[in-house]
Amino acid sequence: MPAIDYTFWILPAILATSFITGVATFFLKETHANLRAWMNMLAAAVKVALVVAVMEGFFSGESFEMRFSIALGFDFLLRIDALSLLLTALSTALWFLTTLYAVGYMKGSENLNRFFGFFSLCVTASVGVAIAGNLITFFIFYEFLTLATYPLVVHKGTERAVAAGRTYIWYTLTGGSVLFIGIVWLYVLTGPVDFTPGGVVAGLVDDHPIELIAIFAIMMLGLGVKASLVPLHGWLPVAMIAPAPVSALLHAVAVVKAGAFGIVRVIYDVYGIAFSATLGVLTPLAVVAAITIIYGSLRALGQDELKKRLAYSTVSQLSYITLGATIPGLMSTTGSLVHLIHQGVMKITLFFCAGAIQITMGMTRVSEMSGLARRMPVTCACFTIGAFGMIGAPPTAGFISKWHIGVGSAQAGQEWVILVLLISSALNAAYFLPIVRSMWFGEERRFALEASTGAGRREAHESLLVPMIVTALCSILFGLLASWSLSPLNMARIIAETLYITE
Amino acid sequence: MIEPMAWCILAPFIGASLAFLLPGRVWRRPIAIGAIGATLASVWMLTSQVWNSGAQRMDLSGWPAPLGIGLAADGFSVFMIVMTGVVGSLIGAYALWHYSDLSDATEPAERRLFWPLWLILWGSLNAIYLSSDIFNIYVALEVITLAAVALITLSGKAEALVAAMRYLLAAFLGSLSYLMGVALLYATHGALDLVIIADQERAGLPEVGAFALMATGLALKTALFPMHFWLPPAHSKAAAPVSAILSALVVKASFYVLLRLWFGVFDGPAMYAVGILLGTLGSAAIIWGAFQALRQMSLKLLIAHSTVAQIGYLFLIFPLTARRPSGELAAAGWITEACTGVSYHALSHALAKAAMFLGAGVVLHVYGSDLLTNMRGMSRRLPITTFALAIAGVSLMGLPPSGGFAAKWLIVTAALGAGQWWWVLVILIGGLLTAGYIFLMLRWAFISEDAPIQLRPANMPIQLAALALALLSVLVGFRLEEPFQLLVIGDPFPIFDLP
Repeated sequence: MPAIDYTFWILPAILATSFITGVATFFLKETHANLRAWMNMLAAAVKVALVVAVMEGFFSGESFEMRFSIALGFDFLLRIDALSLLLTALSTALWFLTTLYAVGYMKGSENLNRFFGFFSLCVTASVGVAIAGNLITFFIFYEFLTLATYPLVVHKGTERAVAAGRTYIWYTLTGGSVLFIGIVWLYVLTGPVDFTPGGVVAGLVDDHPIELIAIFAIMMLGLGVKASLVPLHGWLPVAMIAPAPVSALLHAVAVVKAGAFGIVRVIYDVYGIAFSATLGVLTPLAVVAAITIIYGSLRALGQDELKKRLAYSTVSQLSYITLGATIPGLMSTTGSLVHLIHQGVMKITLFFCAGAIQITMGMTRVSEMSGLARRMPVTCACFTIGAFGMIGAPPTAGFISKWHIGVGSAQAGQEWVILVLLISSALNAAYFLPIVRSMWFGEERRFALEASTGAGRREAHESLLVPMIVTALCSILFGLLASWSLSPLNMARIIAETLYITE
Repeated sequence: MIEPMAWCILAPFIGASLAFLLPGRVWRRPIAIGAIGATLASVWMLTSQVWNSGAQRMDLSGWPAPLGIGLAADGFSVFMIVMTGVVGSLIGAYALWHYSDLSDATEPAERRLFWPLWLILWGSLNAIYLSSDIFNIYVALEVITLAAVALITLSGKAEALVAAMRYLLAAFLGSLSYLMGVALLYATHGALDLVIIADQERAGLPEVGAFALMATGLALKTALFPMHFWLPPAHSKAAAPVSAILSALVVKASFYVLLRLWFGVFDGPAMYAVGILLGTLGSAAIIWGAFQALRQMSLKLLIAHSTVAQIGYLFLIFPLTARRPSGELAAAGWITEACTGVSYHALSHALAKAAMFLGAGVVLHVYGSDLLTNMRGMSRRLPITTFALAIAGVSLMGLPPSGGFAAKWLIVTAALGAGQWWWVLVILIGGLLTAGYIFLMLRWAFISEDAPIQLRPANMPIQLAALALALLSVLVGFRLEEPFQLLVIGDPFPIFDLP
């Protein structure tokens, strides 16, 4: 066997495509707009190709691993397992679309090298989070993600953006430090551990039950910041000050997903779902997630600024993943994992639309958008699809996730979860449907339109339209074709099965 | 016969003499580069010698101790010498420009005197790391103080003179205290060599007194809280390369001596209470220094206060290597982590702090002042320097991937392994406060400037020197295997192999 074959180097190569592009972008001339755009698009495309190659290899039975010893008991480990493939595929695909979108959205603004540079670094980090094979490596990328997103949040350089950046960094770094303590404490008890389906700590329960519960709580506290569990969610609505492509990435793939993904990893691959259940740590987490779901929706109701309403909606929607993960059972785990994907494509559609509306018509408030569909029919159609997905109306992707979590909780004898889902869906409808209705059927507001020149259709630029159409279509197709063998649902089910095999 | 140990000390001293004797402009650059090159070559030879054939010991001019003076090199000495060599040469690269005719930041007298003084300082640092004789160490400490004070006063500004004076007094007081301890030890043991004293029977009360005096003196020189009052003015008022030398390298020398005494001469680990006391003072430094840094309005003062805080982490080694009153090691099984972690912290702090002071030098040069509020728009005007400051900051915060993270990982592991969780809380809060002042600094760099202002152009070599140091502070976090192996050569931390 060759010492280093492609199953080894392809993982660092996946990271390198965006990392090298990111660093190289810093050295471009600010005026090289086309070179910058093509370079980033090309890197995104290469990354997609590499990930497809890995997926193919993985499903034909190959294993991908890159291990590098940093010091004793301190391995840098990249590894593909079914779970990491899920998030890798999501980040890679959405990065491609978001880059396309960003090229159009950011055209003509300043500091673009900085923007695209950190944009690429941010994706490097979120793919790193996905393919990290142990807690230390996960943590390295988790913190790298915090740092890479900061310049994007403060990108506009206004006092308000910088203040938002401070809130963001304060929340996430505190969460990171808390998580760090949990990881080190676990390391002191168990020694180096790699992520293993079914968990690795069960053998310790006789000696250290209290410590294990404490470590779990500490890690959830740390991860909960990025997963925006109430009351640790405060940074997310504030950070929406960032440019729309950044918000899209932040809410769909990068930061919040890192948190949710971390929670899934800890429950399934460190503690093991069965062991977590016997330890009694899942129910409190489920309750927190349920509170977050309701609270986020309630807050979203009162927001007039569209991006802020979407942000609170993220707070709520994201906790479906956590909620599903805490309910033992194949069905609910599948629902949780598939929502990782579904929430990503639906929420990114909504943010794409919000950004397009803002840049084309200059509208940021819901109350201004009355009658908008006559001017921007395609954008509004995409928005409508995303909104229905969020509500969970069939046949959208959102319905599939909610259905699985709901049925799974009934199977596990936790019917209260269904009630939470119903209340949440009602609230989702209450804050999304009025927007949709006024877009399509409302009177046009003269004063809002005076700002824009020309009359009639003023649809967004193609590079904004294409990504949002693609993600909107995905939001429907993932629901319609859920029983297809390559659908996210089916992948999630396969992954969920691997997580339960060891029991 | 070439003895690398001796050459590590001699090469900079010879360079210093040449620089002093040939002050002409044409000679300055060749002598500086030659001295740096020769010293690095000696460091390289010493490193490979120790790496390949273990710890070294030599007696100067063939007289063995106690008559003669001994030099000794183990893994820890080499670690510190390599650190000094790498950081020192990169600061030197910056200084080559800063103290050249191209720069309008300096006067001719400064340019003439910088190299002799810095090379003397470098030689004395190496002498401390190699010396096996407590009086010899005293002499080297004094030379370091004098050279450092002279370097601070080079710029000739009134505030620099005041700061240098304060530094001089504090450092002399420290030396005096150390010297009295040396006298006490000599009186009880009749020897000055570290190894010889360590081999003799413990001497009870006089030895406790000697340790108290020496430790106090060295802590004062290391600027351990609450004896840090002299550091912020001295380190911030000096010129950028001098600040970098002081903060990155000079404070580590006295800490090194304290660590040597703790393990080598006195049975430090038996003094649990002392260990806890030193750790507590270190913790106070971490919190207090960071709080002070948060309140600063000028970049260099902020960085200087950060040094006070970062020094605190070093002192956590004492409680972590001490024995509980019951006799067992507090961190049994985790001693390697504790010692390597602290050594690594010294290294990554040296790299990161030098990078920050050099970066501050670039800011000062371009903007004409180092007020934080003046740094608006810096991320656009000075992207390389902003980047250097940011990633050096990442290492200081202890965020991955960086040397600072590796050090923090090891120290936190040892603390949790020892059950001394309270240090972990201190490290956690300290890390967050560090992030606070780093982002306080970077915040201004990202705010758009109000109106375009005319600035001096930045020169590439000095920006690259800062960037190189910052990158190194991150890169050292990727590989610890070799430093691990180096640090155990010659058993510098003698409790390594005990249960």
